[in-house]
Amino acid sequence: MNSTIASLTLRTLLGRRRAWLLLVLPLALLVLSVILRLTIGEEDRNDAAVAVLGSFGIATVVPLLALIAGTGALAGEIDDGSIVYLLSKPISRHVIVTTKLAVSGAVVTVFGAVPVFLAGLVLVGGADRLAIAYGLGALVAGVTYCAAFLLLSVVTRNAVVVGLVYALVWEAGVGNVLPGAQALSIQQWSLAVTRSIVGADRAEALELTAAVRPQVAVVLLVVVLVGATYLAGRRLRSLRVTFAA
Amino acid sequence: MSAVTLSSVSRWYGDVVAVNDVTMTIGPGITGLLGPNGAGKSTLISMMAGFLAPSAGTVELDGRAVWRHEDAYRHIGIVPETEAAYDVVTGATFVLANARLHGLADAAAAARRAIELVDMAAAADREIGTYSKGMKQRIKMASALVHDPAVLLLDEPFNGMDPRQRLHLMDLLTRLGTEGRTVLFSSHILEEVEEIAGTIEVVVAGRHAASGDFREIRRLMTERPHQYTVSSSDDRALAAAVVAEGAASAVELGETLRVQSSDQGRFVHVLPRLARDGGIRLFSVSPADESLESVFAYLVTR
Repeated sequence: MNSTIASLTLRTLLGRRRAWLLLVLPLALLVLSVILRLTIGEEDRNDAAVAVLGSFGIATVVPLLALIAGTGALAGEIDDGSIVYLLSKPISRHVIVTTKLAVSGAVVTVFGAVPVFLAGLVLVGGADRLAIAYGLGALVAGVTYCAAFLLLSVVTRNAVVVGLVYALVWEAGVGNVLPGAQALSIQQWSLAVTRSIVGADRAEALELTAAVRPQVAVVLLVVVLVGATYLAGRRLRSLRVTFAA
Repeated sequence: MSAVTLSSVSRWYGDVVAVNDVTMTIGPGITGLLGPNGAGKSTLISMMAGFLAPSAGTVELDGRAVWRHEDAYRHIGIVPETEAAYDVVTGATFVLANARLHGLADAAAAARRAIELVDMAAAADREIGTYSKGMKQRIKMASALVHDPAVLLLDEPFNGMDPRQRLHLMDLLTRLGTEGRTVLFSSHILEEVEEIAGTIEVVVAGRHAASGDFREIRRLMTERPHQYTVSSSDDRALAAAVVAEGAASAVELGETLRVQSSDQGRFVHVLPRLARDGGIRLFSVSPADESLESVFAYLVTR
């Protein structure tokens, strides 16, 4: 961790014009939860929570926020060339990447995981530990997505597009058609974490499903988190930077 | 005192050769890297800055490779041509951040000193996004100088500057050069380079075309054969007269008359007299190849 890089990264993430996107998504989530809470009967609330927190929160809000934060923390600087100011310093490239992961992970936690938790409280209160389970699921999903998108930032100049394709086409589209594809999905691994916090029996009753078992999910999450971060640092060491030609 | 040494350095992208077998040593003082656009200057500087691996050969700073050695940046300051520089922070914050990233003991004092050096104290508290191009250039200079580097690399630093900013930067670079720093800047404008650079390295089409002080380079450029396209009422007679006078090294008679002269002054003086004596009307006389590219091309084929 390097505090100077952290503060520069945070300023670029929150100072840019696209920062309003970071607010719109969690706001929509919270507004939706409040409306549902006020309009539907008590017997439907649990189902609504599973749908809203899972399908909208973890499956949509979190990956999109992570895409904005993860690529915004690194791909943006590589794109406009300002990465030169970080790379021309006697600082380990791994420190640069882990710092950017910490900052983007924190941003996704504040704008994604916390709102998911709050939406859960609004919808069902403390029932079945649903709020905390989805909140934590959103947190591990957010941080892992960030690591993946940071890696994308250094391997392709089209990190945003590739990330979007992964989140929307692979996880949401292909995953629904081919069940096997769900085993390779950060979203499903995170849902497995959520499921294990709620407890298998209650999760079954709530139709809270996940494609992999919790133990496998945790291993895969850690592998992607650590692996992507390490590879991104290594790749950054030999990142080709040419001055504007 | 530091030196950047390139030994048989080549760099290619796929089939395209951007830098072709360049060997040069950049020592203390100011060196100008001169060449037309697309000659490979940026690629060369990127390699000296450790941002690009040479495909062949070595780039070293005081005998140690730069590529993948982050510690080299303790001694190198880099001013890229790119304008992007954390637009949402103030100039002062940006320079201070650079000082901290270098891990300097007294980052605040170093940042203040660097900002004063480039004369940006008055505007330091404004956001970089609000700066003019010249001001951005200066704040970038400050960020590159904040750790007092022995080597300073600048890519096209004078691009887009107004004359006053240009003079100011020239003064600053000259001062840094006299202090014994190794300063290298690239440019495609000869006048810019010969004004301040003690040594000029000319690069054309990826090759190291010439090297020397500005007098040598200037002489190479002005003594090359000049070409003229002439049209007149009787090209054939005029060509004969020019050849008879010995005022041209080569003459080509086609739709127009093309003359190559190794003695520019003499040909230009002699031509009107020859035309008058022969009763020939001159319609036009134009130098055929005064573009900078042709000057450089001549240096390569020399």
